[in-house]
Order: sequence, then structure tokens, then C-alpha cells
Amino acid sequence: MGVFAEIIGILVTYVLVSNVILTQFLGLCPFIGVSKNSESAIGMGFAVTFVMTLATMFTWMLYNWLLVPAGLEFLKVISFILVIASLVQFVEMFVKKNSPALYRALGIYLPLITTNCAVMGIALLVVEVEKMSLFNSVLAGFSAGIGFLVAILLMSAIREQLEIEFVPKGLKGAPIAFISAGLMAMAFMAFDKALLMNLVG
Amino acid sequence: MGSIILGIFIAIISIGLLGAILGAVLSLASEKLKVEEDLRVKELEQILPQYNCGACGFSGCSGYANAVINEGEAINKCTPGGPELLESISKLLGVEAGNLEKMVAQVHCRGGEKSSVDQYKYSGISDCNAKYQLYSGDKLCKFGCLGDGSCIKVCPVNAISYDEENLVWVDKEKCVGCEKCVDICPTNVMKMIPYSADYIVACSSQEKGKVVKSKCSVGCIACSICVKKFPEAGFVVDKNLSSVDYTIKSDRAPVSEACPVKCIIHPYKETKDN
Repeated sequence: MGVFAEIIGILVTYVLVSNVILTQFLGLCPFIGVSKNSESAIGMGFAVTFVMTLATMFTWMLYNWLLVPAGLEFLKVISFILVIASLVQFVEMFVKKNSPALYRALGIYLPLITTNCAVMGIALLVVEVEKMSLFNSVLAGFSAGIGFLVAILLMSAIREQLEIEFVPKGLKGAPIAFISAGLMAMAFMAFDKALLMNLVG
Repeated sequence: MGSIILGIFIAIISIGLLGAILGAVLSLASEKLKVEEDLRVKELEQILPQYNCGACGFSGCSGYANAVINEGEAINKCTPGGPELLESISKLLGVEAGNLEKMVAQVHCRGGEKSSVDQYKYSGISDCNAKYQLYSGDKLCKFGCLGDGSCIKVCPVNAISYDEENLVWVDKEKCVGCEKCVDICPTNVMKMIPYSADYIVACSSQEKGKVVKSKCSVGCIACSICVKKFPEAGFVVDKNLSSVDYTIKSDRAPVSEACPVKCIIHPYKETKDN
């Protein structure tokens, strides 16, 4: 039960309570840039989920197995950038070779998120602030990706509707998108630690 | 002091090392995981226009290139490229080109605020298909251009715009012939004509002359002057509407002069005013 509750706890925390976009305000660039229609939003969401899961795993290993023993924790930011960027490049090549179908679905989004700050943020958060185990870190990375997917999907639905609504000229495009994102962020404030406590005890 | 210098060196060396390792892995991977692409497909894709408009019926230019090479698809499906592209493809592949004239879209209606009569005032969202659902649009004429510019929005190369009379107009130099505007237009007033077409009948109404006259001052009234007076010019009147047979090459300037409602016009702006 304990392990199960922990898994549920991490999932709910990173999908809803501390959603990367709507409560931590990380990765706003793809959030605004790729949310114009649902189709590309889904593609982007899954690409981010995929990369975040892998990136947290590799950066956790790098940090705990290399940097900490060598006493080089202060190099984490720059080395994480290197590792995540090359990891994404590698995955792109691997997917292109082995699964053309997946490459067509995710391919164009992968290079966009090489060092997306949301990916970086979660990787730093789990190793430094939360100090999680490897499995929990990977789970947190996956949940944060799902959180990103949920947020960008909701946003794309809102923006598709906004396209055909009357919007004052000065607010057309990105301004109204940011206002909507702000309102969504307020709605997500309803998910807090207290809710999590009630849920898993 | 010494330890700080040492720390700097350690940082430089470890990051350099990490970068070198990752770089080596990536360069190895790019060798190992190289995807063998058919060079002919790649070459063909490069000479295609890269609009990815889908006029050929395939998923973008790369899909069409693939179909031509691997499935023996006809090489004349790319309308945006026109005859020049056809020639370069046939040169590249050594296939006979065949004859294909580039087709461009044009609005076959000149009914504007001054010339055509409205049946009601529309104030909904600015979209032709939305407007068309309300009693087939705000114009009394059911065949005319609704003027909300759905074609302008769908055009991938921005070839369609409003002219000085606020009527929708296609620039044939920019038009790539993808027919997206033809598909989206609810009244089918957007029609394809050959690039070389010198005159069009700028009306689509199939109603009787008297009815047309009551609704629009620039509509074709099917008076058949263009057919009777100029039998050589290639005009045909069918379903109360005149049209041009573009396979007949002839001087149509006097026909345009003779048209009583002046709806036989140049399909391009530059010389229309001359």
C-alpha cells in the first residue's frame, strides 16, 4: 500500500498539483507556440513526455553516479544541458532508423525540445530538491510530461475556440493566449497539497 | 587562490570530457543509424515546389516524390509546379512529359456592394460557409461570391486578396493551382481556368436573364450576343450562362466590348484597367 500510495502521490503531484506549466511556469515557449491546434499539441505533448521520462533517468544517473562521487555538483546545470541535448539527438536518430511511423508523429517536435526549460526544470528538481530514488525520478519525469500534455491540450482546445470568437484587436493572438493561460493557472490552484493529503493520506 | 584555479581547471576538464564523450557517441550513432534514403526520391523532392499543398493527392511533396519513383505515379500531378517543373522532372527521370497547361483559380463574379442586391444584412462571423448556411448567403443571387474571404484564408501562397472595389480576386502570377479555394467555396464561384486565358465570363448565375438583371447589374443575362455575333471566338451559352472554350484561340477583345453587361473581362488585374 505504501509504495502504491507513493506512486499515486507522485502522479497527482506532477500532473495536477505542481503542473510544470500552470503552477511552475516552465516551458511556456512551446506551450504558446505549438498550442494553435489540437493535433500538433498532442504531438508536442507526447514528445515532451517521452523526452522528460528519458532525460530524468539519464540526468539522475549522471548526477548520483558521477557528479556526486566526484564532488562536482556545481556543474549540474551545464552537464544536464549537454546530456539532455545529446540524448534527444540520439533518440531522434534512433527513432528515425527503427520506427519511421513514430518519427513522422514525433520527429518534427523532438528538436524543438532539446533543452526545453521544463525538461531541465524537472531533471533538476528531482535530483536536487526532492532527492528522489531513480524509479521515483523517472515516474516524476513521466508525470510532469503528462501534466504538460494535459495543459497544452486544454490550451489548444481553448485557442481553437478563440479563433472564431470576437477578440479585441489589441489582444488577438499571443496576448489573449497568455490571459487564458493565466486563468487556467488560477483554476489549477484548486489542486493543492491538501487535496493530495485527502486522496492518499 | 590555488584551489580556486584548480577548481576552474577541474570544471573545464570534466565538462570538456563529458562533451567529448557525448560528441563521440553521437558521431558514432550518426554513422551506425544512418537511414538509407533513395537518392532519386530525394533529388525529385528537391525540385518539387515544397508547398505541401496536396493537390497531387499525396501527403505533401515527399509523398508524391516517393510515389513517382516507387509506384510509377504519373509525373504531371503537381499543378503548382506547372509546365516548367514537368520539364525538369522529365529531364531528371527521362520520362516523356506529355502536355499540361498550368491551371489557375479565378473568381467568376463581379457583383459587389454597388452592383448586386442584398436580401438581408449579415453580421455573423466572417466566413463564407457560415454565411452560406443562412439562406445561402446575404446576396439575392445564389451563385455569386459571398465576399467573406474563406478562400483568402485557405490559400497557401497568399494569391487571393480584395481589390479596390472590395471584391475577391486571384493573382494568377502567385496562384499555384492547388484548388483549395475551389473546394472551400460554398457557391462554387471559384473556378479553374488556364493560365493563358485572356477573357473570362465573370458571372456564375444560371438564372434567366430577366431574373439576373433584377438582382445584379453585372450578371450574365445570356443574351447570346457573344455567340451570335462572334461565332469564331469560342463562346458557348449553356444553362443561361455564357462560358469560354479555351481550346479555341481567338481575339476576344471585341466580344468584351460588345457584352451589354460588361461581364466578359480579363482574368488578371494588370491589363484589365488598360
